[in-house]
Amino acid sequence: MSEVFLNGNFIGNVEHKDEFLTRVRTDRRSGVIPANLNIHFDNDLDQVFIETLKGRTRRPLIIVKEGIPSLTDKHIKQLEKGELAWSDLVDQGIIEYLDAAEEENALVAFHEQDLTPDHTHLEISPLVMLGYVTTLVPFGEYIQAARLSIGSKNQKHSIGLYTANFPVRVDMDVNLLHYPQIPLVKSIIHDISHYDTHPSGQNIVVAVMSYKGYNMEDAVILNKGSIERGFARSTYYRPAIAEELRYSGGLMDEIGVPDKEVKGYKSEKDYRMLEEDGIIYPEAVVSEDDVVIGKTSPPRFLSSLDEYSLASNIRRESSVSLRHGEKGVVDMILITENEEGNKLVQVRVRDQRIAEIGDKFVSRHGQKGIVGLIVPESDMPFTASGIKPDLLFTPHGIPSRMTVSHLIELIAGKTGALAGRYIDGTTFDSENEDDIRKELLSLGFRDTGVETVYNGMSGEQFTARIFVGNMYYQKLRHMVANKLHARARGPIQLLTRQPTEGRAKEGGLRLGEMEKDTFVAHGASLLLKERFDSDKTVVPVCESCGVIAIYDSYKDKRYCPVCGDNVEVNDVEISYAFKLILDEFKSLCIYPKLNLRSKY
Amino acid sequence: MHAELKKYSDKLPKSLLQEIEEKCPASKIKKVAARVYEEYCKTKIDAGEAVGLVSAESIGEPGTQMTLNTFHFAGVAEMNVTMGLPRIIEILDGRKSIATPMMEIFLKSPFNKGKDIHNIALRIKESILGEFVKEYVINIVDLKIELKLNLEKMGAIGVKHALLIKAIDKSLGKEVTSKEDGEGGLVVKLRGRDEKGLNDLYKIKEKLRSVYVCGIKGISQVLPVKRRDEFIVITAGSNMKKILDLDFVDETRTTSNDIYEIRKVLGIEATRQAIIDEVFKVIEAQALNVDIRHIMLVADTMCSSGEIKGITRYGVVSEKSSVLARASFETPIKHIINASLVGEIDFLNSVVENVMLNQPVPVGTGLPGLLTKVAK
Repeated sequence: MSEVFLNGNFIGNVEHKDEFLTRVRTDRRSGVIPANLNIHFDNDLDQVFIETLKGRTRRPLIIVKEGIPSLTDKHIKQLEKGELAWSDLVDQGIIEYLDAAEEENALVAFHEQDLTPDHTHLEISPLVMLGYVTTLVPFGEYIQAARLSIGSKNQKHSIGLYTANFPVRVDMDVNLLHYPQIPLVKSIIHDISHYDTHPSGQNIVVAVMSYKGYNMEDAVILNKGSIERGFARSTYYRPAIAEELRYSGGLMDEIGVPDKEVKGYKSEKDYRMLEEDGIIYPEAVVSEDDVVIGKTSPPRFLSSLDEYSLASNIRRESSVSLRHGEKGVVDMILITENEEGNKLVQVRVRDQRIAEIGDKFVSRHGQKGIVGLIVPESDMPFTASGIKPDLLFTPHGIPSRMTVSHLIELIAGKTGALAGRYIDGTTFDSENEDDIRKELLSLGFRDTGVETVYNGMSGEQFTARIFVGNMYYQKLRHMVANKLHARARGPIQLLTRQPTEGRAKEGGLRLGEMEKDTFVAHGASLLLKERFDSDKTVVPVCESCGVIAIYDSYKDKRYCPVCGDNVEVNDVEISYAFKLILDEFKSLCIYPKLNLRSKY
Repeated sequence: MHAELKKYSDKLPKSLLQEIEEKCPASKIKKVAARVYEEYCKTKIDAGEAVGLVSAESIGEPGTQMTLNTFHFAGVAEMNVTMGLPRIIEILDGRKSIATPMMEIFLKSPFNKGKDIHNIALRIKESILGEFVKEYVINIVDLKIELKLNLEKMGAIGVKHALLIKAIDKSLGKEVTSKEDGEGGLVVKLRGRDEKGLNDLYKIKEKLRSVYVCGIKGISQVLPVKRRDEFIVITAGSNMKKILDLDFVDETRTTSNDIYEIRKVLGIEATRQAIIDEVFKVIEAQALNVDIRHIMLVADTMCSSGEIKGITRYGVVSEKSSVLARASFETPIKHIINASLVGEIDFLNSVVENVMLNQPVPVGTGLPGLLTKVAK
């Protein structure tokens, strides 16, 4: 007797659970019961669970009967001709979907040759155990599992042709690769997903060697000639957005060139690029802080008193200008209305990004690297046949990471490039490595992939032979141009008078608690003080009551608000943050008294 | 001692003086001693060096690399000891009860050569009644519990029926009476049966299970091990006072990893050494490299008051003289309010408070001041 549960609710008992399970399953396969029902038996609990609700991840498997898969060559031929569809296979009980629970009752064979009479299902392809992006890594069976996930993660950050209608779209923060290529080493998923319509990388010649140490610690070295020929060139799009907001009292923003009377008016020069409608003209070359859309807003606070004063009618300047550190060319202007019926202006700015030192590149095997040096083509090492690699990859990146697939792709890519064909690198189902090597040999190259290479500057032959081949490399969206940041002086926070935080706000780089400790450990006391001087203030302190006094700069007089002006008041240099905490103490009715003592 | 060396008797440590005397020909002692003194002075910590901070960082930074929770197996799978970061935190916090108390008991000759080692181990181990009972039979009619005993085990440890009865009497004497049933078992009856019921019987049964019979309280497991050329007993659980009383124990070398117990039994000097040893043991086990002097400084700080003070807001930090320094560590509201109630004065003598005020911190270059008064 086994208890039966339907969607977690007890519905009854069955005498012979094996019979019951087979019956439900055959009925499901023949279409009597819906195909999205799953049943499983828990041996420990002696209970049968039937699930029909949504939210279960299910996957298709080929049904196996007595060691023979239901899917035959006949079916496959029919499929190829288009006489059969996927849904027909499900309807005919050739393929069924199992959820995680029912999988526990199934014995699934990976390959057809592994089948025994005990097996209940056969995997459609071993490839299905990997996700969509992971299957885009070629030769995935020759790589450490952790690296495989890293490799698939990196691909999601690569720049490519993200959409075909990009010229008419206004996307926030997107990149577009200029000459995307279809990978020479492909997997079946590349074809299934029409990767050739939206590729995101380029096939380049890679040499595994060092070059004056500029590619140590995972850096890569680029050939300047390749960059000039268009390798890894991309465009960065980012719109400036202005909306005519409506405020209470019928007031609203106004997009247009601001009047001279407007509060916060910049200067005529700042608005020079705006046309009569207050919007910049297309193809204008703009750089940081340039006004892109002119806008004015109504005054911030409207009190009854101000209504009659002249000043209150002055509008505020609220133009949109290019962010700090950005530059580019005005690409497209979009004037429209948003859901609330407000006028909306978007100015798309385009910026050409040529590969530079600090940009991030990655192969499809989790082998990422930052450009460490760009070498003039004349100085690049060259092979006996005169090939100059586009990229130099450090050999130290290979042993510890065990990314063998990276090396195989190098050879496969080389063969593909020389033979003029695509190589199938589908995980578990790739072309035979030995055959690829034999083909490479027949094409007149060493089957190991190594070549004689000459020093680009002296012309001397390197003692070692260098592993050279073709690989699919991707430029990632993490470019230095978006990250570079430094500050000597700049904006401060209103409350603490300490520098603002973050690149967007032109902030300072914090010298934190642990960094402070290093100064103390070195005994560099005065240097430490200097570092923390960013918010120093000089405050007058009353010697008699110990609270902060007042300095009247007009009369050049110091006096205490508590004790009057007949007391001694002295200036003290403290951090503004400390002055702030003293004020906070006072607001909490705690009396912080400063006892001054002369240092000398 | 050589006359020249005597000059240095209060300037150099004894061990150094001894070494010079042993290794130097008498004619060169003067020169050598002067040179040694010069080198010795060079290795001294400079005035104004931030030793505390350097120690803190020197222990803290390797701490970040430590494997979070490692267990060190002392031979048997059940005997594991907290090691790694949790152990260091435990020691430096000055916890009263630690996760895995442990003792290493050294034995006097001839026992350290293996004589009676098994018996000794069994004598040390704490035994409870439950260990000797095969089955509890509750007799509802007569309101009594019949205990069927594991006689083999009793024989091995040398426990007699009389001892069990005595043990039950000692801990539950007010509630029950017990006697032999003549078949090698025990019968336990409730006193004053009229008002007692089945519930009480069950409660008593649970209590009987944990009745202490023999051995040393707190020692839950024993393990005789051969270390180098002698036998020692490693225990799980610690009871230093009782163990050191045993006549076969070598009390000069026997240790516990329970710092508080060492404080109680051996005093504060031993505690300081125990803290150093225990922390260093963990750091060594993780193959990290921390100079022992950093740990010594921490141990000194913890023990300087004569009691163990943990590196917590209740321990060492609460001793800081500066309000601002205490407030910047943990629970600032508590410290600020208490300081305002009593009118505490902060003399700005330490690092944190001076950083807060943006004043030079009194270490290194910030330390020296002017002796001369400057005319106004």
